[in-house]
Amino acid sequence: MERHEYDVVVIGAGGAGLRAAIEARQQGKRTAIVCKSLFGKAHTVMAEGGAAAAMGNVNSSDNWMVHFRDTMRGGKFLNNWRMAELHAKEAPDRVWELEAWGALFDRTKDGKISQRNFGGHEYPRLAHVGDRTGLELIRTLQQRVVALQQEDEKLHGDPEAYIKVFAECTITRLLKDGDAISGAFGYWRETGDFILFDAPAVVLATGGIGKSYVVTSNSWEYTGDGHALALLAGAKLINMEFIQFHPTGMVWPPSVRGILVTESVRGDGGVLRNSEGRRFMFDYIPDVFKDKYATTEEEADRWYDDQANNRRPPELLPRDEVARAINAEVKAGRGSPQGGVFLDVSTRLPAAEITRRLPSMHHQFKELADVDITKEPMQVGPTCHYIMGGVEVDADTGAASVPGLFAAGEVSGGMHGSNRLGGNSLSDLLVFGRRAGAGAAGYVDGLAKRPSVTGVEEAKAEALAPLERTGGENPYEVHHELQRTMNDLVGIIRKSEEISEALQVVEKLKERAKNAASSGSRIYNPGWHLALDLRNMLLVSECVAKAALLREESRGGHTRDDFPGMSAGWRRKLLVCSAKPDGTSVTVEERAQPSMRGDLIGLFERSELEKYLTEEELAEYDAAVKES
Amino acid sequence: MGYKAKFRIWRGEGGEGRLEDFTVEVNEGEVVLDVIHRLQATQTPDLAVRWNCKAGKCGSCSMEINGRPRLGCMTRMSTFEESETITVTPLRTFPVIKDLVTDVSFNYQKAREVPSFTPPADVKPGEYRMQQVDVERSQEFRKCIECFMCQNVCHVIRDHEENKPNFSGPRYFIRIAELDMHPYDVAERKEPAQEEHGLGYCNITKCCTEVCPEHIKITDNAIIPMKERVVDRKYDPLVWLGSKIFKRQR
Ligand SMILES: Cc1cc2nc3c(=O)[nH]c(=O)nc-3n(C[C@H](O)[C@H](O)[C@H](O)COP(=O)(O)OP(=O)(O)OC[C@H]3O[C@@H](n4cnc5c(N)ncnc54)[C@H](O)[C@@H]3O)c2cc1C
Ligand code: SF4
Ligand code: SF4
Ligand code: FES
Repeated sequence: MERHEYDVVVIGAGGAGLRAAIEARQQGKRTAIVCKSLFGKAHTVMAEGGAAAAMGNVNSSDNWMVHFRDTMRGGKFLNNWRMAELHAKEAPDRVWELEAWGALFDRTKDGKISQRNFGGHEYPRLAHVGDRTGLELIRTLQQRVVALQQEDEKLHGDPEAYIKVFAECTITRLLKDGDAISGAFGYWRETGDFILFDAPAVVLATGGIGKSYVVTSNSWEYTGDGHALALLAGAKLINMEFIQFHPTGMVWPPSVRGILVTESVRGDGGVLRNSEGRRFMFDYIPDVFKDKYATTEEEADRWYDDQANNRRPPELLPRDEVARAINAEVKAGRGSPQGGVFLDVSTRLPAAEITRRLPSMHHQFKELADVDITKEPMQVGPTCHYIMGGVEVDADTGAASVPGLFAAGEVSGGMHGSNRLGGNSLSDLLVFGRRAGAGAAGYVDGLAKRPSVTGVEEAKAEALAPLERTGGENPYEVHHELQRTMNDLVGIIRKSEEISEALQVVEKLKERAKNAASSGSRIYNPGWHLALDLRNMLLVSECVAKAALLREESRGGHTRDDFPGMSAGWRRKLLVCSAKPDGTSVTVEERAQPSMRGDLIGLFERSELEKYLTEEELAEYDAAVKES
Repeated sequence: MGYKAKFRIWRGEGGEGRLEDFTVEVNEGEVVLDVIHRLQATQTPDLAVRWNCKAGKCGSCSMEINGRPRLGCMTRMSTFEESETITVTPLRTFPVIKDLVTDVSFNYQKAREVPSFTPPADVKPGEYRMQQVDVERSQEFRKCIECFMCQNVCHVIRDHEENKPNFSGPRYFIRIAELDMHPYDVAERKEPAQEEHGLGYCNITKCCTEVCPEHIKITDNAIIPMKERVVDRKYDPLVWLGSKIFKRQR
């Protein structure tokens, strides 16, 4: 079997993985990047709106403290505050660094990086390139990797001496030596041959889990591999009950249902209307946001030109609020003909401006739905988009609880609390990708000796099993049933009985998945690949459902019909998932959320905190304020 | 609304293969990639195809549909007659791995041969100042989703394996043009385009521009201007000097 020795193996070639790998290589580590698709095709490529960073280029009142506050509010104060702090402070440097590596963002009049409005962000904050920011980000990082390889070629005569990409290669198991990570095992998609990485440090940057849902903006890659690999290696996942349903996915035609309609449409002036033509978002401003959002259309419209004297339009509320509102309108019978609501920019901006600012949306609707968005409204509805939950990590280094394991990007948990603000993911990838790469490099430096790999034979047998079975379950059918179950029973609005029912279905599907069979050879065989992915999707779905059942409140990306209110008591609790090494059972435990540092909590007004914190915490706040 | 469509799909691995016939259900609004996915789920679970975004953003699903390079996810079934047999084959210029999946490593090799962005040593991150009009030219080329269909269609390499070592192809001509037009790039780009990347092989047939799903004007905005300036440069060193000085003025 093919075997490679590295210092750091990064699993994932999206924004987080590439930034981590670049950092590890810049710190002199021999680094491998492993990814399921071709180089440059990871999910990050699809991001549209932008990367949030308080550079203050458009509104000079912006700074890290404002960004920090917005992030905490967006996450309903459940965020890991240290991550939110680092993110807000470091995002500008990470964006500027991209520019020095060749990225070309859209510009302000004075030649700086332009920034656009987005939901939940107080000031225009998203660095962007039209509506294809993710492409710019991934291409820049990809080209940075190439630049480092060119350097290595000059220095060592081999471009791949210090950083190499293993594309179309899927990792199915992390390997350990005692408690610590010692490598990773996987297969080449192209040939089906196995591959073994012998490495003391692994950075997980595998993205999300959306493929457990039918209606999703996510691609086939999002089968929760990193979440599952971490669990199976003994690490813990937090916040798995929080899933972001993006308010605006396409609803028609059926085959593109779920594909994303960027929030920039609203950031640039687009409005939501129901079948009666009403801008219904005015009816859904929750109490905690009452003083920040406009109550009349006139004020909302003035805000685009004068943000100092007007409040924001309610279309730009955080995503969880907008998604629930759309859901409620459709349920109340005020939806659009194809089961969504109307999103209109055609009456808000001149056609030329729409095609300039939203070129890929214009193209997407024209090509896929025969709709010209400069002339008519789009029809949109919620779609499974992003998971806030993920591997529990140390904020500063990205280290998981298993020595040698690191995680960054969507696969990690904590940064976004119960709900992520748009634009905060791309910046998260850069900030914590870099930190995880540095964390892994530092960990390797501190090791006395290299660990040795174990468990290879078991990993091989597990991977081959579906090909050796005949007449077993069709993996595509098992997958479809899981998607339908999660969508219908653990979706945007949840209830106890339905979640319990979903858990029963998941148990049955686990049995069926164990019996999944794939015909054909080992060469590029998608049926086989899917059969192997089922283990991960089922494990992750179990975590989501179990945590969702336990959390008896509604907050951010977790809405319980039977517990509609937000509870200050629950805010102090994190739900932590762990699993047995064979993946047979998931346990969920409560963990106390650490209190916010005094100087950070001091950035908020008491009146705002009263909406979220317990009496006990408010007393701590008063003490901290008094002290400073 | 649904109907049964007739498909002929190239199937094979390890250098051998044949066209196989399928009859498969098609529903309203579907694209070719949806139909291929239905075949995977119901008839041929091991049919190999690349895809990611299903929205024309990642450039993974390039294939030849009725002989024309297309993105499978952006080719609507409604553009065909219901009675038509739709033939789907892999990109012809690259070796087939299996079914519709080809070995596109040629492109990644060529990417590594283009020297990276080279800013002046004294500009620090955060200090870049550029006007929108000055970045727009390069931004056009950065829209490229690396579907490699322009590479696939270019006759210089389509049926000429022997030209591959000396010819980077349109995808990399626009990469060079992008860097050349970048307000802060100080490296010499035009001469190497001609001498090392084979710009001279291109005889401006514009096939690349025609297939580009991002509608990048590969020939008019990248290749032709570079060819003109290569000529300038060859005859008159002052023109070259002038262009570099102009660039640094900003
Ligand atoms: C349509 C869309 C639009 C978005 N727009 C925005 C936006 O405007 N702003 C914003 O901030 N966020 C946006 N997001 C969210 C953001 O794009 C993602 O959260 C982010 O890109 C995730 O990056 P990542 O680096 O964590 O993972 P990804 O970019 O998803 O990369 C995951 C990588 O892991 C690899 N991988 C996974 N499993 C394995 C395995 N088993 N073995 C080997 N490799 C593996 C994959 O191949 C891939 O390379 C958007 C998301 C979508 C879907
Ligand atoms: S214009 Fe040049 S590069 Fe483009 S297809 Fe024709 S020969 Fe190839
Ligand atoms: S230039 Fe156009 S055709 Fe060529 S790879 Fe890029 S997107 Fe594809
Ligand atoms: S799947 Fe991404 S371009 Fe077709």
